[in-house]
Amino acid sequence: MLRYSLKRLLSLILSLAVASAVIFAVIEVAPGDPASFMLGVNAQADTVAALQAELGLDQSKLQRYLSWVSGMLGGDFGTSYTYRTPVAEMIADRLWVSLPLALFALTLSTLIAFPAGIYAASRRGRAGDSAVMGATQLGVAIPNFWFAMILVLIFAINLRWFSAGGFSGWDNGLLAGMRSLTLPAIALALPQAAILTRVMRSSLLDILGEDFMRTARAKGLSRRQALWRHGLRNAMIPVLTIIGLQFSFLLAGAIIIEQVFYLPGLGRLVFQAISSRDLIVVESVVMLLVFAVITVNFAVDLAYAAVDPRLRSRT
Amino acid sequence: MSLLNIQNLSMTIAGTPVLRDVSLTVEPGGITAVTGESGSGKSMTALSVMQLLPDLARATGQITLDGTDILDQSEAQLCGLRGQSIGMVFQEPMTALNPVKTIGDQVMETILIHRAMPRAKAHLRTCEVLERVGLPQDRFPLSRFPHELSGGQRQRVVIAMAIALRPRLLIADEPTTALDVTTQAQILDLLKSLVRDYDMGLLIITHDLAVVADLADQIVVMKQGEVVETGSVKGVLANMQHPYTRMLFAASGHQADLPAAPAPTPLLEVRQATRDYQLPRTSLFAQPGHHRAVDSVGFTLNRGERLGLVGESGCGKSTLTRAILGLEPLQSGEILLDGTPISPNMATDLRRKMQVVFQDPFGSFNPRHRVARLITEPFHGMENPPRGQERLNLISQVLEDVGLKPEDADKYIHQFSGGQRQRIAIARALITRPELIIFDEAVSALDVSVRARILDLLADLCRAYALTYLFISHDLSVVRSVSDRVLVMKGGQIVEDGPPAQVFTNPQHDYTKSLIAAAPVLPDIDTLKRSQPHA
Repeated sequence: MLRYSLKRLLSLILSLAVASAVIFAVIEVAPGDPASFMLGVNAQADTVAALQAELGLDQSKLQRYLSWVSGMLGGDFGTSYTYRTPVAEMIADRLWVSLPLALFALTLSTLIAFPAGIYAASRRGRAGDSAVMGATQLGVAIPNFWFAMILVLIFAINLRWFSAGGFSGWDNGLLAGMRSLTLPAIALALPQAAILTRVMRSSLLDILGEDFMRTARAKGLSRRQALWRHGLRNAMIPVLTIIGLQFSFLLAGAIIIEQVFYLPGLGRLVFQAISSRDLIVVESVVMLLVFAVITVNFAVDLAYAAVDPRLRSRT
Repeated sequence: MSLLNIQNLSMTIAGTPVLRDVSLTVEPGGITAVTGESGSGKSMTALSVMQLLPDLARATGQITLDGTDILDQSEAQLCGLRGQSIGMVFQEPMTALNPVKTIGDQVMETILIHRAMPRAKAHLRTCEVLERVGLPQDRFPLSRFPHELSGGQRQRVVIAMAIALRPRLLIADEPTTALDVTTQAQILDLLKSLVRDYDMGLLIITHDLAVVADLADQIVVMKQGEVVETGSVKGVLANMQHPYTRMLFAASGHQADLPAAPAPTPLLEVRQATRDYQLPRTSLFAQPGHHRAVDSVGFTLNRGERLGLVGESGCGKSTLTRAILGLEPLQSGEILLDGTPISPNMATDLRRKMQVVFQDPFGSFNPRHRVARLITEPFHGMENPPRGQERLNLISQVLEDVGLKPEDADKYIHQFSGGQRQRIAIARALITRPELIIFDEAVSALDVSVRARILDLLADLCRAYALTYLFISHDLSVVRSVSDRVLVMKGGQIVEDGPPAQVFTNPQHDYTKSLIAAAPVLPDIDTLKRSQPHA
């Protein structure tokens, strides 16, 4: 188990190194010089050069890459070209919205999908299964921003349980923060829950057909006991994979939902930075997202090994 | 009173009848064997005793275990019986155990689910029962996972789960079919001694008449859901009444009539062939180890010769086959076909000279292609494949040669039975008139009657096509029937080489001797008759 973890950790570090180089290279290739963009089309050549020097854009590419990476390792992500504030601070502010939102949505989606998937699998082909499958069909088909608007209509405008948008901040207490994230989290979670329910159901159905489930029944376990004791853990591998993918998606892909609910999240930050050629912010946010994705995958790998002993002994 | 008494059991699945008026009994301490070919309903009979049937199954009749009618029991009552009063062992030990739980947990679960004893005592009983099936604690601690055990060891765990509460009835559904002969002999011995020691009744399902003769007291012969003959094993075999029983017996010991081999001229030469596989590194910076799957193997296969290759799983026979087919490289030594060396990057023209027939008649065809396209696939390797009418004639002819009809060329593979599919596989191998055909366990998945017909077909084709083949099988009697010469392989090496009569009647190597001793044999009918004076 230790060796397996160390190997996964080594591959995590290598992936991060490769990812940082690729991100830097891709963004360097993109057209548009931030300095001339910031100063406008009529700027003097020497003004542009002065700004370039100030931003560090006159250094060689390798130097800039190295100072970017070493800065990040020390927690210094550089200074935003447009806002002239430390990137680390900007990201930290946004992360306090995006990370809780992603975790909130993921928890909701898991809480919905597990019981629904297990219920559907255990009543395969019966009315309950058809109902759950029909609901997931809808969940997958309907775009989440539309869900979001319906939620706002019902719960914010008609019932006035939640505010229609904006983020109250965590300073007003955990409950207030959670409250402003509830509707966005539900809007994000529903389509994800629909996907996860389907994966959970089909994975469980595969397992229910396995020989060892029949062996379990031959020992005297009831259908339900066999499902809980022998089915669930074996069905977890595909489910964990999807949960890992969903977390990465929720962290970065919430941009539309952030727009609908007017939330100051990472998605909006990156969107604004791209349109204003604030390369250093784009690089840093993308790098952070890559870091999150790779770390989540690492966690999923460890979870695989916890679930399946065959992976532990494999080298 | 019998321990298990099945009376007039009939069953339908979604309206289709699968069992009709099946009656049989199992006595305490007795062994009843149910035998028959695929689709005879023998497994369904076993599963209906457990009431572990498909959802749409409806059973009528009577199944009484010690006076309790199983068909009258509620699902909760059945859960109480399963594992407690009836234990069951299944065919596939590789998949019958939960891969994510330890063997100790899985055996102990049988005891705990029935609340038979407190946890500490259950733990002791688990150790005891694993010891009893031949898995002592010092070598097989309870913390082992199924993937750390071999097939035979896993089957022992399954047996331990089934007998943990000493049920009065044990049901074993083809318990040794997936195992090697020597392992099979050990497992059968174990079952026999368990029946004796615990005074259990054993209902064993097997397609192998030799196993029946070796093990059982009572035999029940089934065909298409009906019992056609039943009685004491010796009595029934000494005096077979039903034509189906006679056919099964004859087919089980069937000998194909091979034509004489021509004068020896070498076709395939294997010289000091060695194939290593890299093992995973034991630590991050250690040199990876090697497993020598094929170790300095040398033999010559002459033109027109039929060579048999026997060995148990892991002996290297599949690796050798892949090397001969040029699918994998050798680490040292060489393999020559007609004097030309074989390697993974050899010319397609050379590849065309060898064809192969695989074991699985269900998985080795593309289900979306018609037979005509399937059997002409080897044409891809030809520079000038036949076209138009010539191609059609060739397809018709080769289909007729393997006992099918020319119009079968337009059908899809799912329209054929297992035996017919294997004929199509042989047609595919024959169509380019290859120099050498490799049969890799080609009849192992077939019923005995179908197997006998395929073996006869091979003998006929030997006359028509002057075939040279390498026939690989774990089944000694089959190899004996279709080979002029037999190689015995163990641990990557050829340990014995000679004509079948010599290898099977006067084996030299200890391993060959143990293989032959372990293989169950059909009893001699005349001896049986003499021992049954009243018959």
